[in-house]
Amino acid sequence: MLLFVLLVVLTPLGNWWLFITYLLIIFTVILIAKLPPLTVIRRMVIEVPFVIFAVLMPFFSAGPYVSVLGMQLSEAGLTAGIGLLFKGTIGVLSSITLASTTPMREVLSGLSRLKVPNMLVEIAAFMVRYVDVVVDEMRRMRIARQSRGYFETGIRSWPVIAKAAGALFIRAYERGERVHLAMLSRGYQGKMPSYQIAIATNQQWLVGMILPISAVVVLILGWRIS
Amino acid sequence: MENFVSEPVLEISGVAYAYPDGHQALFGVDLHVHRGEKIALLGPNGAGKTTLVLHINGILLPGAGSVRITGMEVKTENLKQIRSKVGVVFQDPDDQLFMPTVRDDVAFGPNNMGITGEELDDRVNQALTAVGMQAFADRAPQHLSFGQRRRVAIATVLAMQPEILVLDEPSSNLDPAARREIAEILNELDITMLMVTHDLPYALELCQRSVILSAGTIVADRNTYDLLADEELIKQHRLELPFGFKLDPSLAKK
Repeated sequence: MLLFVLLVVLTPLGNWWLFITYLLIIFTVILIAKLPPLTVIRRMVIEVPFVIFAVLMPFFSAGPYVSVLGMQLSEAGLTAGIGLLFKGTIGVLSSITLASTTPMREVLSGLSRLKVPNMLVEIAAFMVRYVDVVVDEMRRMRIARQSRGYFETGIRSWPVIAKAAGALFIRAYERGERVHLAMLSRGYQGKMPSYQIAIATNQQWLVGMILPISAVVVLILGWRIS
Repeated sequence: MENFVSEPVLEISGVAYAYPDGHQALFGVDLHVHRGEKIALLGPNGAGKTTLVLHINGILLPGAGSVRITGMEVKTENLKQIRSKVGVVFQDPDDQLFMPTVRDDVAFGPNNMGITGEELDDRVNQALTAVGMQAFADRAPQHLSFGQRRRVAIATVLAMQPEILVLDEPSSNLDPAARREIAEILNELDITMLMVTHDLPYALELCQRSVILSAGTIVADRNTYDLLADEELIKQHRLELPFGFKLDPSLAKK
């Protein structure tokens, strides 16, 4: 997945049909994995800031201008914007596919075997472990707020939400300390047991490499033709 | 006698509820609470007690049946009034207290009802006095002991001057002295009260009447002493008097 994204990012801009092919490949994978389309779309919301940036690029970049629908747009900005849009979308789609098809534990152990620093892997592991706890805490706080006649209505409720977020942050921090103490009292010395799982079989390697290999094929074909 | 003619403060009739995941928690609950009554809602874990509490102030709306507070049906259109009539004190005071100071937190509820200025100050002071916490008004909630936080949590709801006070496990996680202090505070309050608890001696001390909620229905509703004296009944619903505890017959006619 990582290799695939790297290859996509390294593809020179301007070869638009290459990017379209990449998109088709990742869509095929999503179809094969039978991911619910709604979930995928909902998770893609994270890309929105990049989309806004990509859309703005043609308006603010310098360079030779082209006229599109009566607007004077920078050619360099247009290329960069479309490029960002493609690369971003493909990157996000790949991450979503990985996250929804592979159990978190395996992703973590994979990161660890790829020599990602242990500290980062552990932080990610704790985040995964406690995100539900914090979300649940948030939900209970919201119910308690509503029970005292509070209704979240637009911008005027932001100060209250900000205070609640602050309280939640302090509580999460304190919970972190308690968890740490509990770990120390069970003999934690700064090193977690490693997340051991079975080494990938050849067949798994093969399946895993389908995406990057198909990207390489597309890239080479594109080279030959142009 | 008067109870039979007055309109109940809380009237739950035929309430059934299933969570969105299909798990049904309540199967037709009927319960009437009249003005000034203090009632204990007993039941084992998972009986649906918390689900029922969330129906009383309209966080959850019944799938069937209805909940009325002083005659007003709990539904989306009048949630605002309902929430000012029903004061719920949750089990974990940390869920309830989130403002920087105790005073701000107690003011939060009445403020939502549109009360400001001097009246707001009065309400905050009254509520804090009722729980004996006025000296702590400017402290941060996280710097208080657990018992103090529970008292402040009760004050945050009292400040709204609700028609009915609903408490979820008011005695849980307290040391014996704090447990007794909370009991004294609750005993002093002149308010209609529904108290969810597993703490049977606490129910006996504070509530004349008790009901048992088990597997989503009310299975018993009577005088607390008589209910606790029925060993067979309470055992059947996973309730037990603490070790070494004997019912004192002199409490029977209370």
